[in-house]
Amino acid sequence: MRITKQKTPFTLLTISWLYLGFFIVLPLLALIVKGVESGPENLLESFHDPHLLFALRLTLIISLIVTGINILTGTLVAWVLVRYDFPGKNIIDALIDVPFAIPTVVTGLMILTVYGPHGVVGDFFGGIGGRGIEVIFGKPGILLALLVVTLPFVVRSVQPVLIVQNPSLEEAAETLGASRLQTFFRVILPPVIPSMLTGGALSFTRSLGEFGSVVVVAGNIPMKTQVASVYIYAQIESGNMTGAIALSLVLLGFAVAILGFFKLFENFVKKTMSRSKYSEGSEVILEKKC
Amino acid sequence: MLSKNKKLGVRGVVLIIIATGWICFILFFPLLVLVWEAFKHGIHAFLLPLLNPEAKHAIKLTIIITLSAVGINTLFGLPLAFLIGRYRTRMRALIDSLLNLPLAVSPVVAGLMFLLLFGREGIFRGILDKGGIEIVFRLPGMILATVFVSLPFVVREVVPVLEEVGWKQEESAWTLGAGWLRTFFRVTVPQIRWGLIYGMTLTTARAMGEFGAVMVVSGNIIGKTQTATLHINQALADFDYQSAYSCSFLIGFVSFFIILIVQKIYTRKKS
Repeated sequence: MRITKQKTPFTLLTISWLYLGFFIVLPLLALIVKGVESGPENLLESFHDPHLLFALRLTLIISLIVTGINILTGTLVAWVLVRYDFPGKNIIDALIDVPFAIPTVVTGLMILTVYGPHGVVGDFFGGIGGRGIEVIFGKPGILLALLVVTLPFVVRSVQPVLIVQNPSLEEAAETLGASRLQTFFRVILPPVIPSMLTGGALSFTRSLGEFGSVVVVAGNIPMKTQVASVYIYAQIESGNMTGAIALSLVLLGFAVAILGFFKLFENFVKKTMSRSKYSEGSEVILEKKC
Repeated sequence: MLSKNKKLGVRGVVLIIIATGWICFILFFPLLVLVWEAFKHGIHAFLLPLLNPEAKHAIKLTIIITLSAVGINTLFGLPLAFLIGRYRTRMRALIDSLLNLPLAVSPVVAGLMFLLLFGREGIFRGILDKGGIEIVFRLPGMILATVFVSLPFVVREVVPVLEEVGWKQEESAWTLGAGWLRTFFRVTVPQIRWGLIYGMTLTTARAMGEFGAVMVVSGNIIGKTQTATLHINQALADFDYQSAYSCSFLIGFVSFFIILIVQKIYTRKKS
């Protein structure tokens, strides 16, 4: 009798798969087919290009740094937003979403304006020792741009976990004689770690592929500021499709691997969390005692 | 009942200062400076660069592409959301990963994919030549690339709502003799309305702001295939900063405010 048990309507299935097929599967296949067509030895040959290797290494290193900083600052910001009340809190909370809402080129322009050679802060740094710290058209600029673009990921994945975390657990720990450090590492941190890592993984994948803000802030200087996506763009412009495809496949491989890993990781966490003895049961007991 | 918010303490004050300081440093301060730069020579100077023919053309192109992408992703995203949210498919895991792809892949790689499909050495070159159809370096290619990068949002926002409300109301409507079209517009759409609107808003913001994919597919031809974001990039390359700031303010703040407003209404409706 239940309609849910009916067979899926054929038209719905057809429309859905035509949609996914045309807009996602087909483009994906095009990249793979063209890669195979240009020959594995030619693809491998592309990896002898020092510019490609430099771009890939720079991208990986900066993305790792960005992810690390994001996990620390993002968790801190989420903690402050959940646990404290202070003037301007709503503004800060709304600002977190700005990098997702505005175009990345605009983010790049923002950084360029403030920290660039003619910017407010750029002038200040430029004055130090007459030499100046090169933010724009340098690696610090790329780092700043990526930090802004990926800011929401960790904050927004940690925040909901902290909201449901019961502060009475910490009080209980402190009453039972735990030091602040012990409380932090044994009570507060463990339930938050999975969401910190998920947010971190999202920032990492985003940093690997980011283009707009980086190209505005750091330009396209091979062996200096050319990151992976900018390298791919430069190869397309100069007609070296094989080089572009080679690095694209590597980036795609990274993205798929990270997403796949986190799918497994999430399932694992869900299973262990539901089995763990202290997550929910103890909260209920504490609630009763209060 | 608990100590939350009651006693701040030195530790609390220090943490708040570090966190707000960080947000100000990387976000709030740069945003303020951007607004200041856009308006520092007055409203007239702000508006002037938006009225030149290239800028007008770029903004028009962005509007056309955004409307097309939102239209396509809503029209086809709804059936897909229905398939995932209302029927049990064994393909769920595969569909989920495919939906994640546009968010995970670099926009430049997305553009390259469409170039490899429809471009000069593309897979479909033969067929396109026979039909005399041009896709790459033209509007259709730019729309296709934008549809790709903004594809997941409608589906992702609508699926949870569909799963939550279930079939009950539709079943009643059918029992009472309503046809499926009427049921869809009078029962289903009102139920998923805000999820759908929020998804469409996110699609709009993503489509308006797309840069890399469109740059690769469009060939970046001034006054012809330049969208608003490509126009900003061009203005920067020409050292025409006022143009860049005016245009950035326009599209940046339009997309930010529609998201902010819809988000506010949406969270209020949910609770």
